[in-house]
Amino acid sequence: MKNNLSLHTITQIAVFIVLSFSFYLLFAGHSNPGGGFIGALMTASAIVLLYISFDLKTIKKVLPFYYPYFISTGLLIAMGTGVSSTLFGYPFLTQFFEYVNLPILGETELTTALVFDIGVFLVVIGVALLIITTIAEDED
Amino acid sequence: MSALHIAIIVPFLFALIVPLLYNKIPKIHTGWFVLILPTILFAYLISFIPTLSAGEVVVRKLTWVPSLGINFDIRLDGLSLLFGLLITGIGALVVLYSIFYLTKKGEALHNFYFYLLMFMGAMLGVVLSGNLMVMYVFWELTSLSSSLLIGYWHHREKSRYGAQKSMLITVTGGFAMLAGFALLYVMTGTFTITEIIAQADVVAASNLFIPAMLLILLGAFTKSAQFPFHIWLPDAMEAPTPVSAYLHSATMVKMGIYLVARLSPVFSGAPEWFWIVSGVGLLTLLWGSFNAVRQTDLKSILAYSTISQLGMLMSMLGVGSAAAYYGYEAGYTAATVAAIFHLINHSTFKGSLFMVAGIVDHETGTRDIRKLGGLMTFMPITFTLSIIGAFSMAGIYPFNGFLSKEMFLATMLNATEIADFNMQTFGILFPVIAWVASVFTFIYCMVLVFKTFTGKYQPEKLEKKPHEAPIGMLIPPIILASLVVLFGLFPNILSHSIIEPAVQAIYPASLTGVEHFDIHISAWHGIDYAPLHMTIGIIVVGLLLYLTLPKWQKIYQYLRLHQKDPVNYAYDYLLEKLVVVAAKITNIQITGLLRDYFVYMYVFLLGLTFYTMYRFNAFAIDTINVAPIPLYVWFVVAVVTAAVIVVPFINNKVVAIISVGFVGFLVSLFYVLFRAPDLALTQLLVETVTTALFLLCFYHLPELRKEKSKPTFKWVNVIISVGVGALVTVMALSALSFGNKKPFESISQYYIDNAHDLGGGDNIVNVILVDFRGLDTMLEILVLGIAALGVVTLIKLRMSGKEDV
Repeated sequence: MKNNLSLHTITQIAVFIVLSFSFYLLFAGHSNPGGGFIGALMTASAIVLLYISFDLKTIKKVLPFYYPYFISTGLLIAMGTGVSSTLFGYPFLTQFFEYVNLPILGETELTTALVFDIGVFLVVIGVALLIITTIAEDED
Repeated sequence: MSALHIAIIVPFLFALIVPLLYNKIPKIHTGWFVLILPTILFAYLISFIPTLSAGEVVVRKLTWVPSLGINFDIRLDGLSLLFGLLITGIGALVVLYSIFYLTKKGEALHNFYFYLLMFMGAMLGVVLSGNLMVMYVFWELTSLSSSLLIGYWHHREKSRYGAQKSMLITVTGGFAMLAGFALLYVMTGTFTITEIIAQADVVAASNLFIPAMLLILLGAFTKSAQFPFHIWLPDAMEAPTPVSAYLHSATMVKMGIYLVARLSPVFSGAPEWFWIVSGVGLLTLLWGSFNAVRQTDLKSILAYSTISQLGMLMSMLGVGSAAAYYGYEAGYTAATVAAIFHLINHSTFKGSLFMVAGIVDHETGTRDIRKLGGLMTFMPITFTLSIIGAFSMAGIYPFNGFLSKEMFLATMLNATEIADFNMQTFGILFPVIAWVASVFTFIYCMVLVFKTFTGKYQPEKLEKKPHEAPIGMLIPPIILASLVVLFGLFPNILSHSIIEPAVQAIYPASLTGVEHFDIHISAWHGIDYAPLHMTIGIIVVGLLLYLTLPKWQKIYQYLRLHQKDPVNYAYDYLLEKLVVVAAKITNIQITGLLRDYFVYMYVFLLGLTFYTMYRFNAFAIDTINVAPIPLYVWFVVAVVTAAVIVVPFINNKVVAIISVGFVGFLVSLFYVLFRAPDLALTQLLVETVTTALFLLCFYHLPELRKEKSKPTFKWVNVIISVGVGALVTVMALSALSFGNKKPFESISQYYIDNAHDLGGGDNIVNVILVDFRGLDTMLEILVLGIAALGVVTLIKLRMSGKEDV
């Protein structure tokens, strides 16, 4: 599939659309369909699309990420939100939310659940891509 | 949390600091820092003596898991104080000794003191906790840390063998004990020891009395190295000598004694308890002392002697339990007093003897009595110490062992007068076994001293030129030996402060009605005193037998005892069989074929679910409340079914994967039809990613051979898969009908009502995931992360050659 011009072209455009949509899903997830898990899978599938149409070395140059860090960072964020509520005397993993007025966005809901969801998001991306790239890179 | 709680936790915290101290301050032996802790704790516990000897009991409560009745309660009474003092007091001496025994160079001191402190904390936890479950946790922690200490020189194969053995035996007993505790909970509804004791009559009347008793005794007997579980103790001598002195003579092995004493109020008075505890105790006493004589290694002699002394303590507690049967008459409680007194004495003389053995080993390079001899002139202080320790153990005046040995003989003579428990028939065995065992005890004590320190000096067989030990190694045994003499000359020093509260703890006033025990130990009872005659007999016969030892020692070869303890054969055989059987089961279970695993899982699922539904009569299918199915749903169902049926007939792998993916995408269509957009999205994306993953996998996999298997085998598969499919269908249908019949309140309503107000989100699925059930999600992503690491290790760290896993 290395020299498939139409696939390359479509991939380049589609990946952007898919990625933007996946971020939308992540942030909208609290009140609309979406969320960390779904958003992460969407992101992962976009990157998988890249891997399928281009070869591995090229992608590694473009996206020089070490996926295990995604997993550990995500876990730390998720657990951190859980622990932080205990610092204020609330039970572990108590979530809070507040409505605030932000300059451009207007009235926005800020919630610790979103932070937790970002943790989930990172872990799921890390896991999906780690598994896929490890299998794909396996030479034996 | 009280100061007593902190006293238990401090050793664990200190254990964490030890490695830092070891690394940061390498010039000073790490032991010096560690020494501070048991010294302070000892002083702290001493401060409770006035309170306790006034008859009070210190109780500190800390709720932990109140819903299960598990609380970190502390109960400091006479018995726990006695053990606490032994743990911290002997602990301090042992740490001091270890500073000189273990050199700074080449020893992993941070590991050693880490384990030792962990052990110390765990021991304090066992004796101070007033809740059986908490006690169990600490109990197992002592098994764990002692096994680590035994295996401290882990490069030696024997150390590892000994560590494994002690672990296997004591942990197995611990599990049995846990079951026993659970049975006690079933009977009484509490894990708090005092509340269980208060319901002793309920326990005694229960059907579960005997099972609970046997299970708990199993725990006590394995820990206290009672026959036939004693075999781990000699092998545990591979540990460094300070550890042997601490764990295997003074503290841990007495845990079983502690447990029996602690639960005596619950179980004593029953003939089974009386016979098992005193019978096993006497058997252990005899077997241990008989086998100690044939040993040639100093520490092995001491190991068997500890076994026999523990048996002796156990038998005294057994006889003492008769007191409960006879309304707590002083004649019977005397056995328990003797046990407590001997427990203290044993810790002093055996602790010093172990240290003496360590000194001999340290300064000559060997512990083999065939190589030793004539060390008296080189090590006069050590020689004196060994005489004090060994003569006390042999029961010779004026040392403390003489007093407790006489009390022991007296209780065994008293036991013959018990009118019940079939004692008219078998009672005579008690003093006879006690006397014979004491003769052997006398012999090995003499061997211990005279074979090492007198006789011919053989410098050519020794690794080092012997000389007296450094002062730091001598101070701890000197202290212990002074106590031996002190308690021997003034036996009542401890009567009021330590022994009386301890006996009071074993015979609580709530059961006995005795508010205060008045204990007086005297050395002289007049010339007509029967135990005195027995003692004289022991010394005379023992001396004769010791002098003629080479002549009758052949008896051990004749009895085939000259190599290793016969029980060891059983242990080794069982261990070997365990490995073989485990390998067989593994081979059946883990075939490496995914197909087999699916067969196991599905057969299990079918069996379990079918039985459960049958048992609760859950096959309730009615079609009254089924919603009408629109035509387009039928259409999608037909397409899905067709796609499923096609899959097995496709030969091309890629096409097969895509058609399986097709099924998945169609399922997400169902979610859309039934208005579950979140699920639909998830299903769609999971399907996309897994299809990509599958394609990748198959792209890299080699072309597989055509599968050839017998048709009959395939039929089994067909039956299983059809069965599973049918079962799931029936389950779904009957769940629907069942729900209609017994209208439980739907849990979804709660989330619908509260998602916005409590969680601040309108997407209920998401609010449930991140808020209401956030812990689930957190652990799920944790599992996901672990699974990813698993995949990576499987692929990246694959064995390169043709090694067999």
